[in-house]
Amino acid sequence: DGEVIYDGRINCRLQLGSFRLCDVSQSGNMAAMMQFPSNVSTFNNYNDLYPDWTQREVSTGTTIMAVEFDGGVVIGADSRTTTGAYIANRVTDKLTPIHDRIFCCRSGSAADTQAIADVVTYQLGFHREELMAGIIVAGWDRRRGGQVYTVPVGGMMSRQPVSVGGSGSSYIYGYVDSNFKEGMNREECVNFTASAVSLAMERDGSSGGVIRLAVISEGSVERRVILGNQLPKFSTV
Amino acid sequence: MEDCGEHEGTSELKLGTTIIAVEFDGGVVMGSDSRVSAKEAVVNRVMNKLSQVHDKIYCALSGSAADAQTMAEIINYHLDVHSIEVGEDPLVHSAATLVKNMSYKYKEELSAHLIVGGWDRKAGGQVYATLNGILTRQPFAVGGSGSFYIYGYVDAEYKADMSREECQEFVINSLSLAMGRDGSSGGVAYLVTIDSETVEEKCILPAELPTFYDPDTIES
Repeated sequence: DGEVIYDGRINCRLQLGSFRLCDVSQSGNMAAMMQFPSNVSTFNNYNDLYPDWTQREVSTGTTIMAVEFDGGVVIGADSRTTTGAYIANRVTDKLTPIHDRIFCCRSGSAADTQAIADVVTYQLGFHREELMAGIIVAGWDRRRGGQVYTVPVGGMMSRQPVSVGGSGSSYIYGYVDSNFKEGMNREECVNFTASAVSLAMERDGSSGGVIRLAVISEGSVERRVILGNQLPKFSTV
Repeated sequence: MEDCGEHEGTSELKLGTTIIAVEFDGGVVMGSDSRVSAKEAVVNRVMNKLSQVHDKIYCALSGSAADAQTMAEIINYHLDVHSIEVGEDPLVHSAATLVKNMSYKYKEELSAHLIVGGWDRKAGGQVYATLNGILTRQPFAVGGSGSFYIYGYVDAEYKADMSREECQEFVINSLSLAMGRDGSSGGVAYLVTIDSETVEEKCILPAELPTFYDPDTIES
């Protein structure tokens, strides 16, 4: 897809399915610019070149993330719900409380989040073809403090200090692996979550909008929203 | 007639891969992993995917192993002829254009993606991405199946005007992170640094690669 604006520059966003590859901005005469094929958005042929999930018609576009810290957890998600290419809701709240201090981060079609974690696990096993990443359950209790449990497709459950999920999560595995440190405090966790979700939103066409965060600890559940113009900025995006 | 296609015991060789190239002032750094897989088997764990197509121009290979290697060989041939015709070293842009033309013309038959990087006298260090028949110059480019896992990392960590050593560190860290998450990337990391004076090739063994936090090692 491309559009020409009045000053003769061409700004194009190259998107392969829902993956935003790069933005190209060039000036100069028209003949020199059109060096790429116009049908670059269809990508079915290269099924061995890219991970299979980039071609699936899945509407579970989301980026969700949860991080444990000493005294609680920080959870974050983007806010976009899509039906095909139409953004049905750009300010969705995907962080659903299932109890005072326990939240579910919803990933797309895993809509029934009133259930507790093991009921959700059963439903994930039932709908396994429709789901990509499953659910992250995070919260605080008196016994074990802040905990993050990840329940991916298939119904496995495991506790992890940090977990990411949803279609946007693939792009930030490298960032999360390199930037997570044990023993971060509350504010560091919030910044880490916000940065990671922001990076994923930039690359995944199915994730976007605002970043919704919740900080769950013994005393309280603090909800925060980071609007589009307040997102953490990086030099390439 | 018997089916001569894929059957039990054969499968196409893939360069499920992580490749990356970064420009710096005066040159480029290119890096790749070394795994070649045939479905779940690793058929070559030390393959150098940085293929030299001219003195100071390299291609990083990904996708189908045969397609990528053949493309690099043909580009090498064309560049040799071209450099004799013009009487001097070819431009990186020329090499990238040749790759782009081939990728676009044989789009349906080939499934390989080459990142072209090098140094020439006219424009210094350059990196070109040629995915799907496009030709675009970028400050850095990543490719291959492992690249998806490090998009967030490279977006966050890349800074303009990095020095040669910073670029090398950036490439090594990115490769290491991608190899840690992508089952089709692994082995050793190959690096090549091209500048006006030298072309320096390096191989980094797994034990020497930087390690990062791995949440899966924590007991619950």
